[in-house]
Amino acid sequence: MYRYDSYDQSIVDARVEEFRDQVQRRLTGQLTEDQFKPLRLMNGLYLQLHAYMLRVAIPYGTLSGRQMRKLGEIARKYDRGYGHFTTRQNLQYNWIKLGDAPDILAELATVEMHAIQTSGNCIRNISSDQYAGVAADEVTDPRPWAELLRQWSSFHPEFTYLPRKFKIAVVASEDDRAAMRLHDIGLKLVVRDGAIGAEVYAGGGMGRTPMVAPLIRDFVAEDEIVSYLEACLRVYNRHGRRDNKYKARIKILVHEIGVDEYRRQVEEEFAHMRTLGLNPPVEELDRIRAFFAPPAYEAGLSKEIDRSDPGFALWVDRQVAAHKAPGYAIVNISLKPLTGIPGDASAEQIELVADLAERYSLDELRVTHAQNLVLPHVKIADLPAIWQALDEAGLAEANLDLITDIIACPGLDYCALANARSIPLAQKIAQRFAAAERQAELGELKLKISGCINACGHHHAGHIGILGVDRKGVENFQLLLGGSGAEDASLGQITGPGFSEDGVVDAIEKVTDIYLAQRSEGERFLDTYRRIGMKPFKEAIYG
Amino acid sequence: MAEFLSFREGEAGQEPAVTVEAFTGQSNATAVRIEPGEEPRELLPYLDRLSVVEVNFPAYGDGRGYSAARILREAGYSGELRAVGDVLVDQIVAMRRCGFDSFRPNKPLDDAAVERALNRYSDVYQKAIDGRAPVWAKRHPEKING
Repeated sequence: MYRYDSYDQSIVDARVEEFRDQVQRRLTGQLTEDQFKPLRLMNGLYLQLHAYMLRVAIPYGTLSGRQMRKLGEIARKYDRGYGHFTTRQNLQYNWIKLGDAPDILAELATVEMHAIQTSGNCIRNISSDQYAGVAADEVTDPRPWAELLRQWSSFHPEFTYLPRKFKIAVVASEDDRAAMRLHDIGLKLVVRDGAIGAEVYAGGGMGRTPMVAPLIRDFVAEDEIVSYLEACLRVYNRHGRRDNKYKARIKILVHEIGVDEYRRQVEEEFAHMRTLGLNPPVEELDRIRAFFAPPAYEAGLSKEIDRSDPGFALWVDRQVAAHKAPGYAIVNISLKPLTGIPGDASAEQIELVADLAERYSLDELRVTHAQNLVLPHVKIADLPAIWQALDEAGLAEANLDLITDIIACPGLDYCALANARSIPLAQKIAQRFAAAERQAELGELKLKISGCINACGHHHAGHIGILGVDRKGVENFQLLLGGSGAEDASLGQITGPGFSEDGVVDAIEKVTDIYLAQRSEGERFLDTYRRIGMKPFKEAIYG
Repeated sequence: MAEFLSFREGEAGQEPAVTVEAFTGQSNATAVRIEPGEEPRELLPYLDRLSVVEVNFPAYGDGRGYSAARILREAGYSGELRAVGDVLVDQIVAMRRCGFDSFRPNKPLDDAAVERALNRYSDVYQKAIDGRAPVWAKRHPEKING
C-alpha cells in the first residue's frame, strides 16, 4: 500500500488547518452560508436534509486495517455509530456536526486520509478495480497510476473550477469491475511492444443524460499520461458548457462537438502540453509502484476447502474469487444483508473487518463500487475462521452479484435532491427474493436503484435498473432493463409507464419469470435480454 | 483591506483595458481584457506590445480564466496578468500558480488573510507557471537537475 512521505503529510495537514480556519470563520459569522458553501464543498461537506454529511476519500478503494479502524472510531465518536460506503468507493457519514468536521479531518490525517475534492466541480477521488494487484487477468496493478493521478489532481491550479465534477477511473483488466466507461475519463492500462500505457476513454457518465465513453486515444505512454490528461481537461475547462449545470459534464461536450472534434482539439493541446515538462519522471511512478509490489506470499499452502458445512460452502461459492497466488483467495464481504441498508456498516462491523484485514489479509482491504468490501489476500485455509467471524457480525450474506446485491443511493431518507426513497424499496426487493435457492437460480443479476435522475444509484447500468421520480407528489418508480457497467457497457432501456413501490417489485418478479422461461443454457439475465429484446418483458409486465 | 494587489516589481499598468475585439482591430492599445468565453490565443501575435492583460472572472466558479492565464504564460507573455472581478482570497493561490501577478477584486481582500493563504501550503503536486518545484521534482532532484 502507498504510504505518505513528509510532502504528502504536510499537504494534508495544511488542508486540515485551512478548513479549521474556514469553519471558525463560519461559526463566528465572518462567513455567510453562501460564502462558506463552496469552501465546505471542496472538502466533502454537504448540508443534507437532517444534518451535515461528510464524504471521506478512499483513494482507489484501498485501505489498511489501521485506516479502517479509524473510520469505525469516527463513526462511533462523531456519527450515530455507522458509515455508508458509496458507489465511488468512498465513505459517507450522515450525521456530522459542523463544529466537529475539522477534528474529524485531523483524525483522518493521522492515518493518511482526507476528504479533499470529494465534492465540488473538480477532479474527484480516482477509482479503480477492487481486485487490483490480485486479479489473474490484469496487465499490471493499476493503483500506482491512480495514486500518481491522485497527487496530480490534488489542488490542481487550473482545474479546480471546472464546469462540473470530474471522475476518473483506472483499470488494467479485460473484466471491468470499476464501470470505467461510465466515468468522465476512463483509463485502461494495456501493453504495447512491451511497454505499459493507457487506452483513454472520455465522455462517459450517468446522471440525466447517460453515455458510454468512446475511445479517444488507443495509447498514451506512462511518462506522458499527466500531460495528456492536462490537455483533455483544458479543452473541457475552456469549452464545456457553463450555461446549464445539467449540460455541463464532459459527456455533453464530447457529444455536441463530436468525438472526432474533441479528439482533434485534445491532440492539438497535447502537442503543446507535452513540451512543457509537466510529466513527473518515470522514477516517480517507479517510486509509487514499489509500494504496491506483490506481498511475500507463502508457498506450499493447502488449497483444500472443507465443504461439510452447507452455509459455509454456499458462502465460499458466492463470495470467494480466484487469487493469482496459489493457496490464496479473494474474499468479498457483502454489505447487503436482506434487511439492512445497502452499503451501510456499523462501527463494530467496520472494526471487525479492520481486524480481519490485519489478521488474515496482509493488512489490506478494498471497497467496491457495488458498495461491498473485499479482503484481497486471504489464505484458503483461513476461510472458515473468516466466515465464522463475519457470520457472527451479520456480514456473511452470500449474494455477490445476485438480485439482492443491490446498489442503492441514500434516496429521500437522507438526500436533499431525491424524489423517492431508495432504501425501503431495496429492502422490499431483497425480501421478495430472499430465498437463497431462488437467488441462485436467477444467477448474476445486477439491480441498481436511484432515487432521482442524478443516478447516484447507477440505475442506467443495472441489468435491472429502477429510477424513482415524483409524479404529482407521489413516489413513482420507472423500470429499466439491459444496462451494464462492465466491459460490455450498455445503458438500460425504460420498459414503459412507472409503478408504485409494490408495483415495481411485482414487475421485477414478472421480468425474472420471463428470463427463467426463455433463457438458453448458460445465459445470464442480461444475455437473455440482449437476445430476445424488450418486447416479451414488456408484454409480461403490462400485457 | 486591499483593493488592488500586485506581485510585480514597479508600477501597475494604468491604461484602461479594451476588449479583445477592439484590441485585435486596432494597433495602439497596450492593455486588453479577456472575458470567459474568449480565445486567449488570438492575442499571441501581439504579446510583445501588451503590457497588461486583464482576465475577468464574472463569478468565482467560472474557471475558464485559469486556462486563459496559463495559455498566455506558456506562450511567453511576461507582462502584467491581472485577475479582476469575483476574485476571493480562497482562489489567490491557484491564480498565482496559473501566472496571475496582480488582482483587482470586486470586494477588497483582507491582507492578512491573503498572506495566510499564500503561505499555507509549503508543497505543491503540479508543475505550473509560478516556478515552484512540484513534490515529484523534490523527490527526484537528480532527474530534474541533471
